[in-house]
Amino acid sequence: MSTVTFIERVRAMSAHRGGVRIALALAHWIAMLVITFTGLLAITFFIGRKIPIDPVLAILGDRASAGAYAAARLRLGLDKPLIDQFVIYARDVLHGNLGVSLLTANPVIDDIKRVFPATLELATLSTFIGIAIGVPLGVAAAVKHNRIVDHIARVIGLAGSSVPVFWLALMGLLLFYARLHWVSGPGRIDPVYDGMVDTRTGSLLIDSLVAGEWDVFRNAFSHIALPASVLAFYSIAYLSRMTRSFMLEQLSQEYVTTARAKGLPERRVIWRHAFGNIAVPLLTVIALAYSYLLEGSVLTEIVFAWPGIGSYLTGALLNADMNAVLGSTLVIGATFIALNLLTDALYRVFDPRTR
Amino acid sequence: MKKALAAVMLASALTAFTGLSGVQAATPKDMFVMATLLDEFTSLDPGEIYELVPEEYVANTYDRLVRVDLKDPSKFNGDVAESWSASQDGLTFTFKIRPGLKFHSGNPLTADDVAWSIQRTALLDKGAAAVLAGIGLTKANALQNVKKIDDTTVSITTDQRYAPTFVLNVLGSWPASVVDRKLVESHAKGNDYGNEWLKTNEAGSGAYKLVKWTANDSIVLQRFEGYRIPLAMKRIVLRHVTEAASQRLMIQNGDIDVARDLSPDDLDTLSKSGVIKATAVPQATLMYLGLNNKNPNLAKPEVWEAMKWLIDYQGIQKNVIRTTYKVHETFLPEGFLGALNENPYHQDVAKAKALLAKAGLANGFTVKMDVRNDYPYSEIAQAVQANLALANIKVQLMPSDNKQTLGRYRARAHDIYIGEWSADYIDPHSNAQGFVWNPDNSDASSYKMLAWRNAWDIAQLTKETNAALAESDTKKRAHLYEKMQREVLAKSPFVIMFQKVSQVAARPGVTGLEVGPINDLVSYRNIRKQ
Repeated sequence: MSTVTFIERVRAMSAHRGGVRIALALAHWIAMLVITFTGLLAITFFIGRKIPIDPVLAILGDRASAGAYAAARLRLGLDKPLIDQFVIYARDVLHGNLGVSLLTANPVIDDIKRVFPATLELATLSTFIGIAIGVPLGVAAAVKHNRIVDHIARVIGLAGSSVPVFWLALMGLLLFYARLHWVSGPGRIDPVYDGMVDTRTGSLLIDSLVAGEWDVFRNAFSHIALPASVLAFYSIAYLSRMTRSFMLEQLSQEYVTTARAKGLPERRVIWRHAFGNIAVPLLTVIALAYSYLLEGSVLTEIVFAWPGIGSYLTGALLNADMNAVLGSTLVIGATFIALNLLTDALYRVFDPRTR
Repeated sequence: MKKALAAVMLASALTAFTGLSGVQAATPKDMFVMATLLDEFTSLDPGEIYELVPEEYVANTYDRLVRVDLKDPSKFNGDVAESWSASQDGLTFTFKIRPGLKFHSGNPLTADDVAWSIQRTALLDKGAAAVLAGIGLTKANALQNVKKIDDTTVSITTDQRYAPTFVLNVLGSWPASVVDRKLVESHAKGNDYGNEWLKTNEAGSGAYKLVKWTANDSIVLQRFEGYRIPLAMKRIVLRHVTEAASQRLMIQNGDIDVARDLSPDDLDTLSKSGVIKATAVPQATLMYLGLNNKNPNLAKPEVWEAMKWLIDYQGIQKNVIRTTYKVHETFLPEGFLGALNENPYHQDVAKAKALLAKAGLANGFTVKMDVRNDYPYSEIAQAVQANLALANIKVQLMPSDNKQTLGRYRARAHDIYIGEWSADYIDPHSNAQGFVWNPDNSDASSYKMLAWRNAWDIAQLTKETNAALAESDTKKRAHLYEKMQREVLAKSPFVIMFQKVSQVAARPGVTGLEVGPINDLVSYRNIRKQ
């Protein structure tokens, strides 16, 4: 056996093993996904069915005849054993049917297509603002440790974890909407502009830009600016606190002292060396903050009359509209998983050790 | 280069920001925007809905045979009916339909549509069917009792003799709305009478037609150009704004023309500063305590009376609910035929203690109270808790969501329930049926009205309610209700405390929004803006 042939065979075997490894990892991942979704569905379903709320009351009101009441129970399948109800639901979900919402009379999937983009738009804009301000602020606070910038960052961090979002939102409305008239009030858009652009992505900002409707864009932006800023405040507080703590740890490391001793410019030491090393944990933190916002900030959505998934899910839960609750939970769960995958993928970009 | 880029970015950010400043809204002259609560909407089908704000939507998008006259509830105005008459025996009512009417679709509105619409609600047998059942129209007999005589005549036969005003009130309510048979049937699936389609669509002939319903967000209505009277508003937009503080800011800024749910404080402040003009309209909604007779202590008439003497009605009204409710102690709201405007009870702790001693409960007792965790129920419940504690009645509050408290109430699993009762139509029977009618007090009863829910077995009062319902002489009928109200005031497990007052806040220059005692009588037809 020649050496060349041996090496080729070893390579082929390891390539084969690599393929098997990837296939195994994929199978493992899919199994985890199935278990997660089934668990999510089952837990939400059984909690939903056990809470003492009667969905029939939500549909018929409390004065319907006994006959109408019984017929509605039968129609909703509430007479069947719980486990049968769950199996029927799970089977429908597998066929892509999330059912019809009791409260809106629309297919749940259509409702989600309407409310989720509203939350997505708000959460994404808030996260952008949060990163743009929170991360540099955290870095500056760490670099200028115990100086004025650090004090400001700490005050913001403290406020972010102690000021209720409800209060901040109302104060924001009072100042920027009612007093200064800088932004528009609650809602996604003024009634005069409603329906002027076709829904493509569900994001009014993007849809109006694509359609070239600048008036609609300006109006939509003036509506989203305040709720996005309010939510961003909490992102800024969280991200700056975490960035500061990560950076403080890195700046005390010996490699930073070495880099400084070698005479590297301070900016390069901070941004290239120290910040480069916190990129991975920071990504996790950002993904967490983003997914938190995607759950739908119920209180913010209520104050700003923002038709997002948070208020949709809460309304559904309080009326035992289980199809809507389960559909929303699935979407939120899927978003979490997708964000986790995205973070994993980004790890590989930023951290060569994970490749 | 980097500095230049940063400068450009900063400049664009500033431009974008300053571009926003001066966002000052004012709704267009022919558009009326109102903030209200739209979370009750589960369907747009008049044959299905059973909630307050959805009734208001139906009242403005659909016509019906007649409508009660808001200025004089004993009179009725024809809507699609031109004239009507009752047979000698008082059982059959014949309606002549106006000629030349059209639906929003352009289809002609005929007697066939009217008869089919009423039959449809009964045959669907959903929540709204309960109203038609009041005049004996049910799934079993609707096809025989509601008939199209010819293209312009409809006859409706009731199962027994009722007061004519009662029959007209039922036929003038939303479940009897006229739907476009041709259009709805073209969307029917199986045996659903087009219900699935009509849940999210509209097929009426009312003043306004539906443009768009976005659940829990907004409803947009457009003027029906073919309507028989001129309408000033081209568009009506209802916006779902749950937070009262947000409604306040929006009306202050001119983003909305009318706010329906401002808090008493906001109403005061904005009225005084001239930002709004508030109009108070007493509603056919009563807030009361229901005392469950299944609890032995709460089954004692002395305890019922003692509780009535313990509540500080004026104090709660003045300090908690202010302009949004008024003290009212009888089961017929102000404005109803035969309503007694008497409030004999006030806080008298000594009298209450004496009554409790007579009941053998001088040391008081402990009891639970189910309360929904919303304003103002929780606040009133706390005040009631403090009032009852004065005679050693220890109340344990059980706060939960409305649907949960209602579930326990309907299952007769409560001790005390604090809640509201709203009339379906402005006929005294709507409330008499609720409070003093209980033909079957067994657990298996199919009539789960308020007296049943509190296990109050009242054969005599049920008989009196039936007699008042059949009385065709209006004066005699009013007298019968007065007598029943006195009986209930003196002895009943209901502590009726307050009547709701709707406070409609409108911006100056906005006129003509007619708000009746029930949502089914709210009309947008005469709204004008200067």
